[in-house]
Amino acid sequence: MTTFWLLAPLMVVSALGLLFVRKAVHAALCLAVVMISLAVLYAALDAPFLFAVQIIVYTGAIMMLFLFVLMLVGVDTVDALKETIGGQRWIAVIIGALFGITVVLAIAQTVSGAVVGLDTANANGNPYGLAELLFGKYVLAFEFTSALLITAALGAMVLAHQERLTPRRTQGDLAAQRMRDYAELGRHPGNPPTPGVFARHNAVDTPALLPDGTAVDASISPSIVARGQVRDGYDDDIEIVQRQLEGRDTGDDTIGGEK
Amino acid sequence: MFDLQWLLIAVPLASGLGLLVWGKESDAFGHLIATVASTFSFVFGLVLFLELTGAAAEDRSRTTNLFTWIDAGRFHVDMSFTFDQLSGLFVLLVTGVGTLIHIYSIGYMAHDERRRRFFAYLNIFIAAMLTLVLAADYLVLFLGWEGVGLASYLLIGFWQHKPTAAAAAKKAFVVNRVGDVGMALAIMLMFAQFGTTSIAAVNGSASDPGSGAIDSAGGSVATALGLLLLLGACGKSAQVPLQSWLLDAMEGPTPVSALIHAATMVTAGVYLVVRSSGIYDASEAARTAVIVVGLVTLLVGAWIGCAKDDIKKALAGSTMSQIGYMMLAAGLGPAGYAFAIFHLITHGFFKANMFLGAGSLMHGMDDEVDMRRYGALRAAMPVTFVTFGLGYLAIIGFPGTAGFFSKDRIIEAAFADSFWVGLGALIGAGVTAFYMTRMMMMTFFGPKRWIGDVEPHESPKVMTIPLMVLGAMSVLAGALIISDFIPTWLEPVVGSEGEHELGIPVWLMTLIITLTAASGVALGVWLYRREIAVDAPADADVSFFSRAGRHEVYGNELNDAVVVRPTQHLTRFLVWFDAKGVDGLVTGVADRLGDTSQFLRKPQTGYVRSYAATFFGGALLVVLALLAVTLA
Amino acid sequence: MTEYLSLSLILFTIGAVGVLVRRNAIVVFMCIELMLNATNLALVSFSRQIGNLDGQVAAFFVMVVAAAEVVVGLAIIVSIYRARRSISVDDANLLKS
Repeated sequence: MTTFWLLAPLMVVSALGLLFVRKAVHAALCLAVVMISLAVLYAALDAPFLFAVQIIVYTGAIMMLFLFVLMLVGVDTVDALKETIGGQRWIAVIIGALFGITVVLAIAQTVSGAVVGLDTANANGNPYGLAELLFGKYVLAFEFTSALLITAALGAMVLAHQERLTPRRTQGDLAAQRMRDYAELGRHPGNPPTPGVFARHNAVDTPALLPDGTAVDASISPSIVARGQVRDGYDDDIEIVQRQLEGRDTGDDTIGGEK
Repeated sequence: MFDLQWLLIAVPLASGLGLLVWGKESDAFGHLIATVASTFSFVFGLVLFLELTGAAAEDRSRTTNLFTWIDAGRFHVDMSFTFDQLSGLFVLLVTGVGTLIHIYSIGYMAHDERRRRFFAYLNIFIAAMLTLVLAADYLVLFLGWEGVGLASYLLIGFWQHKPTAAAAAKKAFVVNRVGDVGMALAIMLMFAQFGTTSIAAVNGSASDPGSGAIDSAGGSVATALGLLLLLGACGKSAQVPLQSWLLDAMEGPTPVSALIHAATMVTAGVYLVVRSSGIYDASEAARTAVIVVGLVTLLVGAWIGCAKDDIKKALAGSTMSQIGYMMLAAGLGPAGYAFAIFHLITHGFFKANMFLGAGSLMHGMDDEVDMRRYGALRAAMPVTFVTFGLGYLAIIGFPGTAGFFSKDRIIEAAFADSFWVGLGALIGAGVTAFYMTRMMMMTFFGPKRWIGDVEPHESPKVMTIPLMVLGAMSVLAGALIISDFIPTWLEPVVGSEGEHELGIPVWLMTLIITLTAASGVALGVWLYRREIAVDAPADADVSFFSRAGRHEVYGNELNDAVVVRPTQHLTRFLVWFDAKGVDGLVTGVADRLGDTSQFLRKPQTGYVRSYAATFFGGALLVVLALLAVTLA
Repeated sequence: MTEYLSLSLILFTIGAVGVLVRRNAIVVFMCIELMLNATNLALVSFSRQIGNLDGQVAAFFVMVVAAAEVVVGLAIIVSIYRARRSISVDDANLLKS
């Protein structure tokens, strides 16, 4: 009971979050919260097998699938707050409210009866009882469902397949293209240095330094550049080290004694 | 020989149609062919007439049946013609005057390039008019009736390049049409009541009273028929209320005015009334209506004639008035039929004479019609003056002329019938004398008021010879009544006059009439011997009577207000109703359907989310339904 | 028992409203998953109430089918994204009349 009353508000709030959050990734996280809470509730309802399956399959596989596709498709897309279809929000809220009130009041009241409990059904353990039903009464459904899964996998492969329209570029083509870029655009033909080469740090956000000390912008991932989180590769660290080597430094990472 | 009476009609008809079809080739001699055809009809008609005079009185009606025209169930109409005393007189009048006018037109229309066509139309008119007078069946009469209407339209609008002429022709046709409605309804009523439209069967014969189908029918049928036929007659004869077309018809060439609108077509109405004597004898009310129409028209026509400066229009007003006299006489019953016909014949002579005289004047005065621009023409155009003068004497009823005898008899018969009718006719005679004197004074006497460089000269012989012939007839035709020829001749057809008491001796009556006419002449001479203004005074400067006369007693304005404007309003309303109402309904249905489909289109937004909302709403309904079912 | 059912229905409703309101296709999919999970909870609660494991077996099948559905659905979203560079459900409105 306590489990229920602890988790129920949490689940409702998270579900509402699914409605209201602007970024899709946040919505996915809300859903994950709901699913895990559900798993716990299954456990409370004498369904340990489902508890495990819920976490493994639903939260672990399906939600991850969601997040992968989210990454592929546009994690940055933000839903505009303004509703494009006139009156849609009102309709949704009104029908939703009506529906919710109707079903909760009416159905929830009328359908309940005495709880029998699953002790007899789970006498040999929950998986055993489930297996008995699954491979007994519902074996045909089980077979069809497996066929369904295979079909779904095939379907996904077909849908996501992209036919190659141009021939695959070989290494020779890439090399030729690199030379052409150097000739026409002046782009350096060699590999760009990785972050931090010849710099004081080799963190991902520290650009590499050329022999003359200038920073190489191409060494930093474009997304970090876009976020404006590039550190200055030509740090004052050099002066600090020099000072340290000269023995002047008291361990104070300041320049010229300034605090 | 009477089996061939249809030739009277066929020859002019063939000539007319043939000339139209032959085309330009026949331009050189077309007029001569037409005149010959008309002369043939006159000569053959004269031969047949003389043969009738030789026969016994009871044997003077010769009917020929050409063929069965309509044979449809109960309705049977023969194309049959009857040459009897009445139709014989008319045949002579129509073909005689017609032939003279054909000859006159050779000269009058000499410079018109469409002359052949003019003569063809004249021939068609002669043929149609003869069909009208010779018909033995009302439907055949109607055929001729419509034919003369057509010929009148073609001839009034002969100078079709003139918009006024075209409008006048249209007006004549339309007003005649109103009368034709009465005629058609009468024929239909005859068929419905009697099963036949034969003239003899409906009217019976005058020598055998009570033999006609009309006599066994009720008085109301006779009244209805009489009034409907009167409506037709009013249209054709330009009687009030259908008189507005006659003055406008003067747009046509003068020979047309002389032939059609003086001597022949306009008398068709009188012919109809006299021919249907059986019907009118059976209905007192119809006769009274005829008398009233005749009386009103003779006074209105005289009123108009006093105020018009256009010589042709003044003569047209005079025609209207004289036909009023004839109608009046015809309405008096057997007492007046013969005098109506006699006056009709004499009027045919002197009015045709005066119209041709007017044509001669116009020819000499370079087509000027305004009498204010005439004056002192008796020296310049002596023959025209003398012949016109003879006609003038006849129309005012100068003792000894034909008009004297015919008009006198009518006024006598009118007084015998009712004092007030007689008084109206007498006043009409006085006014007639006045306006005719006015016309003579303005045209032939007084100082010259010619404008421009006109050189009045006498017309060529081809025009003056017919004038002389008609002038002579205007005087000599009186002999026909002195010898009591007309009443006796027509008695088998129209019945005898019976005795009528006048209250005063006949010679006193004659004296009163003559004095009335003389006073009219004196007034005319006194008023018009002085200077007459060349330009007519403005409407505001003349008396009410002059103003009303100039505007034809506001007949056109009345027609406009009573008929034309309401019809225009009606058509405008109907057009509006059709556009807004009917079209509105039809397009409205289409528009509403369009709106409905636009409305129904709105849910198809294409957005998945709106469709999802619909699903959700549906799910809610299903849940509610389930609840309702389980809880109920 | 009622509380579990109520919770399940509330979660279901929230998921349904989410489908109507959110425009990002993947978030809509997630809301659908929420609805399926709510159904699972109801099934398991009933299973406990009735006393046999049929409800749990049904929940199990639901999970399997949901997995298959997610796989195919996400593959479709990826295809659409590749074609149209957008994952807003509002952009797929070609059925608009």
